[in-house]
Amino acid sequence: MDQWILTAITFAPTIGAFFILLIGGDREVADKNARNAALWTTLVTLVLSIWMLMNFDGSTAEFQFVVKYDWLGDNISYHMGVDGISVLFVMLTTFLMPLCILASWDAIRVRVKEYMIAFLVLETLMIGVFCALDLVLFYLFFEGGLIPMFLIIGVWGGARRIYASYKFFLYTLLGSVLMLIAMITMYVQAGTTDITVLLQHPFAADMQTWLWLAFFASFAVKMPMWPVHTWLPDAHVEAPTAGSVILAGVLLKMGGYGFLRFSLPMFPVASDMFAPFVFALSVIAVVYTSLVALMQEDIKKLIAYSSVAHMGFVTLGIFAANLQGVQGGIFQMLSHGVISGALFLCVGVIYDRMHTREIAAYGGVVHRMPIYAAIFMLFTLGNVGLPGTSGFVGEISTLVGAFQANSWAAFIATTGIILSAGYALWLYRRVIFGELTKDTLRALDDVNSREIITFAPLVVATLYMGFYPSSVFDLTDASVQNLLDQYTAAVEAFQSAQLEETGPGVGEN
Amino acid sequence: MEDSAQHIATFSESLSIALPEIILAVGAMVLLILGVFRGDRSAGLIGSLSIALFIIAGFAIIQLPSERLMAFGGTFIVDSYARFLKILVLIGSSVAILMSVAFNEREKMNRFEFPILIVLAVLGMCMMLSANSLIALYMGLELQSLSLYVLAAMNRDSLRSTEAGLKYFVLGALSSGLLLYGSSLIYGFTGTTQFDVLGELLHEGDLSIGLIFGLVFLSAGLAFKISAVPFHMWTPDVYEGAPTPVTAFFAAAPKVAAMGLFVRVLITGFTGEDVTPQWQQIIITIALLSMVVGAFGAIGQTNIKRLMAYSSIGHMGYALVGLAAGSQEGVRGILIYLLIYFAMTLGMFACILSMKRRDGMVENIDELSGLSRNQPMMAFGLMVLLFSLAGIPPFAGFFAKFYVFMAAVKAELYLLAVLGVVTSVIGAFYYLRIVKIMYFDDPTESFDLPMRGEMQAVLTASGLFTGLYAVFSLPLIQLAGTAASSLFP
Repeated sequence: MDQWILTAITFAPTIGAFFILLIGGDREVADKNARNAALWTTLVTLVLSIWMLMNFDGSTAEFQFVVKYDWLGDNISYHMGVDGISVLFVMLTTFLMPLCILASWDAIRVRVKEYMIAFLVLETLMIGVFCALDLVLFYLFFEGGLIPMFLIIGVWGGARRIYASYKFFLYTLLGSVLMLIAMITMYVQAGTTDITVLLQHPFAADMQTWLWLAFFASFAVKMPMWPVHTWLPDAHVEAPTAGSVILAGVLLKMGGYGFLRFSLPMFPVASDMFAPFVFALSVIAVVYTSLVALMQEDIKKLIAYSSVAHMGFVTLGIFAANLQGVQGGIFQMLSHGVISGALFLCVGVIYDRMHTREIAAYGGVVHRMPIYAAIFMLFTLGNVGLPGTSGFVGEISTLVGAFQANSWAAFIATTGIILSAGYALWLYRRVIFGELTKDTLRALDDVNSREIITFAPLVVATLYMGFYPSSVFDLTDASVQNLLDQYTAAVEAFQSAQLEETGPGVGEN
Repeated sequence: MEDSAQHIATFSESLSIALPEIILAVGAMVLLILGVFRGDRSAGLIGSLSIALFIIAGFAIIQLPSERLMAFGGTFIVDSYARFLKILVLIGSSVAILMSVAFNEREKMNRFEFPILIVLAVLGMCMMLSANSLIALYMGLELQSLSLYVLAAMNRDSLRSTEAGLKYFVLGALSSGLLLYGSSLIYGFTGTTQFDVLGELLHEGDLSIGLIFGLVFLSAGLAFKISAVPFHMWTPDVYEGAPTPVTAFFAAAPKVAAMGLFVRVLITGFTGEDVTPQWQQIIITIALLSMVVGAFGAIGQTNIKRLMAYSSIGHMGYALVGLAAGSQEGVRGILIYLLIYFAMTLGMFACILSMKRRDGMVENIDELSGLSRNQPMMAFGLMVLLFSLAGIPPFAGFFAKFYVFMAAVKAELYLLAVLGVVTSVIGAFYYLRIVKIMYFDDPTESFDLPMRGEMQAVLTASGLFTGLYAVFSLPLIQLAGTAASSLFP
């Protein structure tokens, strides 16, 4: 049972996609069947992953549900497993997926079959990224995810979809290929691509610097960090609603997960050395992109920039390299996955009705859509980080962590929270409140039952994680603690070795 | 020296070792006589018989004892390296003949010489892959090249086809001249033409300037045959001008044979502490240039055959990265690369050969627009191949690059590896462009429906191979590993 569960969760969507491929017949009927099949597949995957979570032992830092087979020879194996850091990302993916299918129910009218196949294949690749315990396997999933996303943006996207899809693909590919060379170098040095072995492998300090930079190139683009974030607003604006949800909810988290899985534990000396650099970029991201978000006229673009700002908190927390920071970083990623996903769904709801994302085209929506206004309110406040929502826990925890590592960085980043309140609430006021003056808005209907079903789990998750954050922290605690113990030990060992090298010389003089 | 591998075979033993080549040679003669008697209406029959001939030759290759065999006074060698690549060449050529039948009938160029010339070219390639001396090398190479010149000009009423043939011939003759000149210098300065003897001589490090000159000329001649930059000028014109089935043949089998020959010459003949760095710098340079020209040159192309030409230039650059490493991993990487490249190319040409409308073949990339709606299965197969050519995992093309870059990193050629992957991102752009045209653009008039059965079969096989390579690749990697190790006794 333990052996096959991860493989089952990972490849169940692909099997579903294969069956959708076989669906034939009349277009109307085929589309309906494709939707249903996709929904059921994602629900089965969700149930499987819930079963996994219930059997997950949060008290140990060991990898669980491990499966390992010889794959390509030369010590490259099919090796999967989850620990406290990755298990919740698997959950996040399987949790968001059925909601994405529901959100696309009416919005996608052309080539429904292909759309559902692309989404299911994407789910396999995303789950695979978080489960892989082998570098080659990880890269396969990490990079393979570009293909379905490229198609989703390019085929079902908005007016400038072609530009956005190219930019998304080539930008991320360029970052990733450098990581590939670094991975090969690690393989040549350590003789294996097994992540569990590499986690223990001491790489030479100068080698760590290069490897860290190559991995950073990939994860910083994926994250995305300032100044390599420019692909994100384009991709978000042009992608269909569900594509944005997945992009913000899961794909961005791969960067943060990569930092936690590779950069921090495998290259501790380099991570320690580059931490101020990462702090600087994170702080700029928080302040600068918040200011940019203030001036946006497109709702999706505004949320996209706010994503970049929120990811700044994540990197700040991760590279603070203390318990609060890393725990907070993970929490912030999960919380942002839920909240920003929900915000994109909120945009999708009014976009489906009005077919515009211009802020100026709205105003006074509350008069026609009170339930929608309440839902949007909750997620806006979550985005701002109001206590009681999950956003608050993530931000406060990363800031506490960052403050211990670098108080100035934490100080400047905190102003970002004020700015986020500014742009988020201003957006809310302009869209929801005010007089209902525009005639086009008078025909708006409130959210229907399908949309309420889509939002309900997100509302519950946001509040649950906000009121009871230890549900998350308990699961991640052991793994994070173990990671940090090794990290600190490695950094201290390196520093004392350097002292010994220079120490006697200084003493003699 | 008493090693059984060094045992020089008697003449009759030699004949049995060269049995597959003899089968091809005799078979080609018999087919030629048959063709002369029955004329052009026997073209289809001769095509099928040629494929049968390839299958028989393939079995003969497999039947040979698996150790390293030397024949004809050591000038002809059969080892698992030669076997691996010969099988590849035979498969590729069979597929090329299979795909040509319908085209030749439609374009009224179904001459019986067509399959026979391919058989002769294959015979040349098999001799190239088994050559263990400079003379055997030249014989094989010229037999192959002369057949290819004629094939390029096969459609003799077409201006472009004859132009392609002539251009190929003139430049090919020049490169053969360079190669011969280099060979004579090498012979003059070392007194031997045999690769393994040469290897032993140079291993001790007796390096003269004349020998290095010879090595440079030899490398230039061979680089021409694999269309590596700066000897690539003929490729786009010949690819575009030659009839499409001929281009399909050019893109797969001769590239495999020439690359295999290049690797064998340099690895077995010129390996030593002093001499390896001499050619390594040449290979690094042409690998780098090929990757860059392949990536940038393809961006502006509108003709899909020209695009494939630049793509092949780029891919040969990636394969050369493995050679630049000069190690056993490098050779294994090249073999895997050739295998995968070859599978992808044949699939691509199955699609290109299916791009036809009522008024004939079309070659413009824009004609593919909206293919995903008109012919979803063909578009899907093509998309898999394109992403694979771009080197995106989980498709086979990624693994091809993975192994050569692994060898490069192991040989500490970091800069080459980094520049290589960066050019692969640039290259991804033009493959994406075709995907974009097929999937994002509005449909135009659809192609003649449906794809012919044999094209469907080739595309399906190629698509399944590239798509599912990650699942079943272990035996192939082991096979390539054994083949590579036979060059490093």
